[in-house]
Amino acid sequence: MRRLPWARTVFWLYVATLMLPILWMFGMSIRPNEDILGSFSLIPGRVTFDNYATFFGETSWYSSYLNSIVYTSLNAVMSLIVALPAAYAFSRFRFAGDKHLFFWLLTNRMAPPAVFLLPFFQIYQSVGLFDTHLGVAIAHMLFNVPLAVWILEGFMSGIPREIDETAAIDGYSLPRFFIRIFLPMIRSAIGVTAFFCFMFSWVELLIARTITSVNAKPIAASMTRTVSAAGVDWGLLATAGVLTIVPGAIVIWFVRNYIAKGFAMGRV
Amino acid sequence: MTERTTVADSPAGVAEPATAPAEQAKDTRVDARPKNNRAWWLVLPVVVSVAFTAVIPLMTVVNYSVQDVFSPSERIFVGLEWFRDVARDPEVRGAFVRTLLFSAQVLLIEIPLGVAIAVAMPRRGVSVSVALVLVALPLLIPWNVVGTIWQIFARGDIGLGGWAINNVLGVNFNYTLDSTDAWLTVLAMDVWHWTPLVALLAYAGLRSIPQPYFQAAQIDGASGWATFRHIQLPRLRGVLTIAILLRFMDSFMIYTEPFVVTGGGPGNATSFLSILLSKIAVGQFDLGPAGAFSLLYFLFVQVLCYVFFTVLTRSGR
Repeated sequence: MRRLPWARTVFWLYVATLMLPILWMFGMSIRPNEDILGSFSLIPGRVTFDNYATFFGETSWYSSYLNSIVYTSLNAVMSLIVALPAAYAFSRFRFAGDKHLFFWLLTNRMAPPAVFLLPFFQIYQSVGLFDTHLGVAIAHMLFNVPLAVWILEGFMSGIPREIDETAAIDGYSLPRFFIRIFLPMIRSAIGVTAFFCFMFSWVELLIARTITSVNAKPIAASMTRTVSAAGVDWGLLATAGVLTIVPGAIVIWFVRNYIAKGFAMGRV
Repeated sequence: MTERTTVADSPAGVAEPATAPAEQAKDTRVDARPKNNRAWWLVLPVVVSVAFTAVIPLMTVVNYSVQDVFSPSERIFVGLEWFRDVARDPEVRGAFVRTLLFSAQVLLIEIPLGVAIAVAMPRRGVSVSVALVLVALPLLIPWNVVGTIWQIFARGDIGLGGWAINNVLGVNFNYTLDSTDAWLTVLAMDVWHWTPLVALLAYAGLRSIPQPYFQAAQIDGASGWATFRHIQLPRLRGVLTIAILLRFMDSFMIYTEPFVVTGGGPGNATSFLSILLSKIAVGQFDLGPAGAFSLLYFLFVQVLCYVFFTVLTRSGR
């Protein structure tokens, strides 16, 4: 389709604006603390990579970074595994209470965290999942599974039911049809869903912080360490901030074509 | 869930007048899905995995909300007293109005802006990949980091944003002292942070519109606006439903970002419901009122989402 003549310019101006705060954070990460707080300057006067050296030199920093990567990946895989059959059921069948069930799933994204976090802590402690990667991954399923079901269901409704029927006539059982034929057809849906699961799990802090202490501590929680008696270590904080963007940027690079293909086929 | 439309959007749609192919195609469809209660087996893993984390906390919070807890062994049943207290509390009411206003502003800005960005986004070549990655970046930053970025960025002395407003525009801007500035900072932060989500969803939606629709529109000599209004917008209803619901519930429960940037201040200018709630729950450890507060909060979000969901999935059919 045609694009308006000035659309290109406006779009890239928007992207530039979007990048400003991120670039500013990057700028902070490569200057010494005295320069950050000292005076305002657009271009860093002295460039230093000390903060990055500190980050990768200290176990507590990079291990919490790895913790976040482990539990977000685990969460994306587990969310997809449970959401795929459920989304198929919602898109292909009517069953008792389906509408209510769907809305109930969504409501789990709507609980205000402050008070709900206390019992969270107790449950995960009592079943031995406290401070484990698996524990955080399961807790994050609370808000990722409903979204995954919703997105996948939209894609699946876009695939004609005739395909299921043809496969059944050809003698495919439901599981075999699902794995051999259906899943490859909705590859892009799986890519998009995995991205959204990764994203929401990666940025979540309150739950992850509540049910971890050391072994599975997320990177975002480690960042509060930069506040000490001597004030905030802005440079190190900015460095950690810059590094938290990297894994997500890699993930989106891999799924970019799936997003570009679009997932609004059918109903959603 | 409502009745669905199958992909088909048959090539026949192409021949139809460009004004309303989508609507016409939908009217004739009925829900042809077979009724099969065995589908529950497919849904069961989802129910179990979500219920594990959802049900017990909810019950615990209900338990808090009807009791006055003095110590683990000493508690009395107080019925609905906490609910009445919370509903009458002027501080809660103030925060409620503030949060509602904030969500309304967020939706009014982010949804149209996100759609506009999606329409203006490149469609071909390498620039698509670059654009997608760059637009998605703000979404991938942990929420407390977003707060930290803006805390610095909006500062008048050492942050680019605050400095530019003060020195280039010549407006006196200080988000730590002025309540309007604080509000605008939080709003700007949310728009910066979340418009990309709307844009990505809308972009994916736009890309799934079959090309023939646009060719038909072109042949009919439809203007750019008419093409947008009658072809693109109706086809975006599904993704925009997701976008509006997600943005409503997340903005209505916004906590981390304003907590880091303003801490609810100055005064209580940016003290949203979630910030007030955590002050009562964690700061004062008043579990009874906090439990009742949470449940009312939860219920309100649900009811409003249900209304949005019903209206958005029914309209245009």
